[in-house]
Amino acid sequence: MKLTLKVWRQNGPNDKGNLETHQVEASEHMSFLEMMDVLNENLISEKKTPVAFEHDCREGICGTCNMVINGRPHGPQKGTTVCQLHMRAFKDGDTIVVEPWRASAFPVIKDLVVDRSPFDRIIQAGGYISVNTGQAQDANAIPIEKDLASQAFDAATCIGCGACVAACPNGSAMLFTSAKVAHLNMLPQGEVESSKRVLNMVNQMDEEGFGMCSNVGACEAECPKEISITNIALMNREYLTASLASNTTT
Amino acid sequence: MKLDAKIPAGSLEEKWTKYRSTMNLVAPNNKRRIDIIVVGTGLAGASAAATLGELGYNVKAFTFHDSPRRAHSIAAQGGINAAKNYQNDGDSVYRLFYDTIKGGDYRSREANVHRLAEASRNIIDQCVAQGVPFAREYGGLLANRSFGGVQVSRTFYARGQTGQQLLLGAYQSLSRQITLGKVEMYNRHEMLDLVLMDGKARGIIARNLLTGKLERFAAHCVVIATGGYGNVFYLSTNAMGSNVTAAWKSVRRGALMANPCYTQIHPTCIPVSGDYQSKLTLMSESLRNDGRVWVPKTVENAEAIRSGKKTGLDIAEGDRDYYLERRYPAFGNLVPRDVASRAAKTACDEGKGVSPTGLAVFLDFSAAIQRYGKSKAHSTGMHNPSDAEITKLGRAVIKEKYGNLFQMYEKITGEDPYVYPMKIYPAVHYTMGGVWVDYNLETNIPGLFALGEANFSDHGANRLGASALMQGLADGYFVIPYTIGQFLSKEIRTPQIETSAPEFEKAEQETRDLLERLVSVKGTQSVESFHRRLGKIMWEYCGMSRNAEGLKKARKMVRELREEFYNDVFIPGTANEFNPELEKAGRVADFLELGEVMIMDALDRNESCGGHFREEYQTPEGEALRRDEEYAYVAAWEWDETEPKVHKEELVFENVELKTRSYK
Repeated sequence: MKLTLKVWRQNGPNDKGNLETHQVEASEHMSFLEMMDVLNENLISEKKTPVAFEHDCREGICGTCNMVINGRPHGPQKGTTVCQLHMRAFKDGDTIVVEPWRASAFPVIKDLVVDRSPFDRIIQAGGYISVNTGQAQDANAIPIEKDLASQAFDAATCIGCGACVAACPNGSAMLFTSAKVAHLNMLPQGEVESSKRVLNMVNQMDEEGFGMCSNVGACEAECPKEISITNIALMNREYLTASLASNTTT
Repeated sequence: MKLDAKIPAGSLEEKWTKYRSTMNLVAPNNKRRIDIIVVGTGLAGASAAATLGELGYNVKAFTFHDSPRRAHSIAAQGGINAAKNYQNDGDSVYRLFYDTIKGGDYRSREANVHRLAEASRNIIDQCVAQGVPFAREYGGLLANRSFGGVQVSRTFYARGQTGQQLLLGAYQSLSRQITLGKVEMYNRHEMLDLVLMDGKARGIIARNLLTGKLERFAAHCVVIATGGYGNVFYLSTNAMGSNVTAAWKSVRRGALMANPCYTQIHPTCIPVSGDYQSKLTLMSESLRNDGRVWVPKTVENAEAIRSGKKTGLDIAEGDRDYYLERRYPAFGNLVPRDVASRAAKTACDEGKGVSPTGLAVFLDFSAAIQRYGKSKAHSTGMHNPSDAEITKLGRAVIKEKYGNLFQMYEKITGEDPYVYPMKIYPAVHYTMGGVWVDYNLETNIPGLFALGEANFSDHGANRLGASALMQGLADGYFVIPYTIGQFLSKEIRTPQIETSAPEFEKAEQETRDLLERLVSVKGTQSVESFHRRLGKIMWEYCGMSRNAEGLKKARKMVRELREEFYNDVFIPGTANEFNPELEKAGRVADFLELGEVMIMDALDRNESCGGHFREEYQTPEGEALRRDEEYAYVAAWEWDETEPKVHKEELVFENVELKTRSYK
């Protein structure tokens, strides 16, 4: 299949950037990133600078790849990361626009590569259970209801790719933050620190410059792991309870 | 060079407990003054960095990724073993130890493996306390499943995303230490050299991948936990960025590479579909709990499937060859990986492959769907359910167990595995070989430690499923925090190491020279094209089966390719900027050296064991033929550009009897 690609090129955070047009020949069995590899091999053979994009596991779990394809984070297929998207989702002759995540909290580093370190700092603010190695009791000491464990798992499957932020018109990180809050606060092990956790993580999220949530729901629609927006409701509830119970929002 | 494994005295069961209780300690006031560098933030690295931070050391942790959470441990699917015996099915520390030694085809150290089995129990406790959402039964207790090469259910899992959940647990513990100021985290930094002072590992040179700048970092010791080298084959289940560079730079500074020829070819991966392919995707071994492996009995039927005239569904039950069940009735579809991979290759070599390339076998869930469907119908009180109802219920059970894997399969192949049997083929997955370490996980360079897949110590010639996660976390949480004290207790008077020392100056200069050399070649071929060619040589001659003639040829080919690389590679841009092509080039350059040592190791080992199958050494039934009299040793290679040299550590078996592995 013959494709026309319009790819975002930006040489550093202060560069203005623009869309560059390329023709690529691809096979429908290729993944989207393998098609991008073809483009880069072409560019290299012409002694040009290849398009910088991030990727690693190429099986949809590391959360590294991030491209907005035809206006949609991770492209047209539901519940799919760019690396798992295959060219059979496109047609011969298609024009495809490829852009980076666009959010003020995720500045562009180069071309399609953005800085997602704010996510690490949100986790560092409280996205953990304070247990040192060696302090644990027997794993079966606290039974956890199967459905509850399963719900916590569903929230915990977040891969930290940032598609939720890229999809949100406000650039909000509520889905990411709430997924971790929900995962940990739901479990008996995480309950002890639940108030402190939600206050600190939300506080950090605000400090990083992410926008507010206005219940658009685009985050859930574009999330490659289909994390539910109900996590946001849960986080709001936890946040409210925690704020009312405490005056110290450290 | 005499390789001393430093295995403590005493009975197998007591060694670790006794050693741990009598080893030298570093007092809390001294820990505060000691710096440790940890390179890599996968299961082994993140758990080590977090735990060392908790103990009070000053840790500097490094990853080339944008975040420590991206390490490839995250992609592990099936599970993690632990000798908890929660299923009351006869499991014990000894049985896990024994299974691992046997699974590794008697080429690992007894003492290390026993310690691993002991630590396995603590890992599950620790992870549950961190909030890892393992699968549970209706009573709220932890669920288990079986993996290859064992007859008990000791594998803990979180759907098909166990690695992800365990890594996030370790990452969160690491994040907590970052907040507490005990770990300084350096993302997007790649270790490009090891700095030795007076023969001890005292620091690293790392490249800041955003700016291209070389930076110096000093510490009292260095821990590398940078994973395996499967990407030497280009096509593997490893992530694109997985590389051998940190380990290889250590080898270039004098560390030894042990058993590099032991690579694991995983039997259940999605087959290669075209030349453009950049990586292969694993379908978890856990699928072999319920999936049955088969090929058509006749070549004619296989040809009909290959040409698209028939599908797997058209082949009658009696015309199918469930070859694993037939050849290995005791273990059936759950034989170890090396055995299953070779059997798949044999079936395809006989012309019974079922994909257009001829390189695939079926993994079929229809029997499990029927079984689960009937059981579910019975338990929900349905009488005389129709076939369609049974299938529907059965598919729902399979979905709950393996849903994400089935979804992944469908995305990649475009075929629905609930209806059509999956097509699978072996692919490079894991490397048992790695940097040589003693019982303390210390290399032959004092102060340099290697953990997880980066070392060689626990899996012998073949790793059992769900044991990589176990080893990574055992090393990081429960071994290195103790054993590192054996070295550091002698370093409490060592003042802070200064990066202005001439040793750092020299290492930095050498690294800069190498990078400049690479970018200044300005040849005509891309880094990727060299990597692909290397991979083809390695797969063809040093892959699932090997022979002396091919290996000799391959060594020559790799050496020629290496020369061509330095004469004709093209890397756009400069060394002083964000330059992903240069990063790749550095990694491929190291693979081009490692590849040669792997081939030499495979040539040197005139026997077949585990993942290393030499065609000259097989039983009449085509099983691996070990030669314990001559080869029960660890081959540890010293790098030398012209002629790498092998050193040997004899393996002593005091507790298990060396037997021919049988899964029949």
